[in-house]
Amino acid sequence: MIEGIVALYIFMLAAVAGYEIISKVPVILHTPLMSGSNFVHGIVVVGAMVALGRAETGLEIFIGFVAVLLGAGNAVGGYVVTERMLEMFKSSKKGDK
Amino acid sequence: MDWLVQAAYFISAILFIFGLKQMSSPVTARRGIIWAGLGMVVATAVTFVHPQIHGNYIWIILAMVVSSGLAWWSGRRVAMTDMPQMIAIYNGLGGGAAAAIAAVELVKHHEMPLIVQILAVLGALIGTIAFSGSTIAFAKLQGIMRKTFRFSGQQIVNLGLFALTALIGAWIAFSGTEYSGFVLLIFFVLALAFGVMMTLPIGGADMPVVISLFNALTGLAVGLEGYVLQNPAMMIAGIVVGSAGTLLTQLMAKAMNRPISNVLFSNFGDTGSTEGSDEVEGTLKPIEAPDVAAMMGFADKVIIVPGYGMAVAQAQHKIWELTKLLQERDVDVKFAIHPVAGRMPGHMNVLLAEAGVPYDIIYDLDEINEEFATANVALVIGANDVVNPVARSNPESPIYGMPILNADKAENVIVIKRGKGAGFSGIENHLFYADNTRMLYGDAQAMVGELISAIKEF
Repeated sequence: MIEGIVALYIFMLAAVAGYEIISKVPVILHTPLMSGSNFVHGIVVVGAMVALGRAETGLEIFIGFVAVLLGAGNAVGGYVVTERMLEMFKSSKKGDK
Repeated sequence: MDWLVQAAYFISAILFIFGLKQMSSPVTARRGIIWAGLGMVVATAVTFVHPQIHGNYIWIILAMVVSSGLAWWSGRRVAMTDMPQMIAIYNGLGGGAAAAIAAVELVKHHEMPLIVQILAVLGALIGTIAFSGSTIAFAKLQGIMRKTFRFSGQQIVNLGLFALTALIGAWIAFSGTEYSGFVLLIFFVLALAFGVMMTLPIGGADMPVVISLFNALTGLAVGLEGYVLQNPAMMIAGIVVGSAGTLLTQLMAKAMNRPISNVLFSNFGDTGSTEGSDEVEGTLKPIEAPDVAAMMGFADKVIIVPGYGMAVAQAQHKIWELTKLLQERDVDVKFAIHPVAGRMPGHMNVLLAEAGVPYDIIYDLDEINEEFATANVALVIGANDVVNPVARSNPESPIYGMPILNADKAENVIVIKRGKGAGFSGIENHLFYADNTRMLYGDAQAMVGELISAIKEF
């Protein structure tokens, strides 16, 4: 069990990290970065798997199934579109990839 | 197996954070998404041996295969111009997943510590709003839903709806195991309704800011449900996105010169009248493509200002071809991108990148605005409001105060435009009437094609 106060520290530090990562980003990357962060919260699929994995009644299994369905869609879709966008960014200097 | 799971989650949290960090520079961005993707694969794979999973493996695998397949297929085939709504819908899925996790926990009616129950309900509320709101945002940008739905007293109704939802949520959170399944159902339905209602009145132009906000909300919901499930990977990744997304939302709103509160609670076009002060001096002066070609072909420096109209006409490939021709003639060509060019900040960069334009000749507003004065030609393609000088000069105008590209400072301004209408904000563009401006009427792709063949003939 993660204690409430420890959770609070985790949340606080994660928030600082998120803020720091974004604070110096150039406008040209706003769209890909939004897409990339959208992919990262696709980690919800892991929670959905656990929720479904310990579900017992029919209703729980149904909702858990929907959760995995949605979460996996978030992760995979988010990855594909972000990767497609970033793949296109090239410099005019050759070999500078 | 618990230590293996925990170690894997730790590694994936590191990969997410450094992946996002790398995504904030164009040089390393590609590597960043691959790192983050690796983190996701590690976390997902190891979850199959998570000690709390007792069964239902068939269902887990079935859901993952079906959903991944669909998402992969839709993600590969979507056009770059449609990227914003795709991000919206994938984001909505994540919010829905977080809400569904909370729902599974809550329908069990098992004893939870009060703090866990509060966070479960809060995550459910936020996730559900992000889900239904993102779906509406998707429908609007995709053109499925064209009308903005507004009525008087809408804000009061929305506020009331939110208060009611929050109240029922609070009852669920504090009632231990007393709450009934019916109350739970009402709670989710109301939260869904609120997400729809808050997004309906928001216009298409403001949608990117809203999508970014929903992205941050989904991150927050995921982080909260992460605590409910005692899953540190979800907690860290969720909150990192929640905070990064909030900052990104602010940056976008600032780039559009629209405070977030304005986006959410007021209606563009309703604020102030545009009439009366909108008289324009001068005339529209047309020009033909060969003359423009000569002007550009013998220039020292050309700055191209692309707008969403260029992307709609699919002219970006032709423009890159034109750029290469000019570069061969030793013309210095630069692209000037307004933060709101395209449908969201950075969208135009993606569209140009798709055509092969290298990012180091593409400049932000701050980087290039001084340079217009030294340019022989500013070529404005499919952009309108972002080069309208009234934003500097006329305090009455709804776009007054918005930072604009100073295209009017160039020696010659060429505007490629389909017809004589105003921009989407409905404001007359004074730049088009300026003495140094010439209008090249026609479809952007066809006109740039004519410029290319004219330059080849020199």
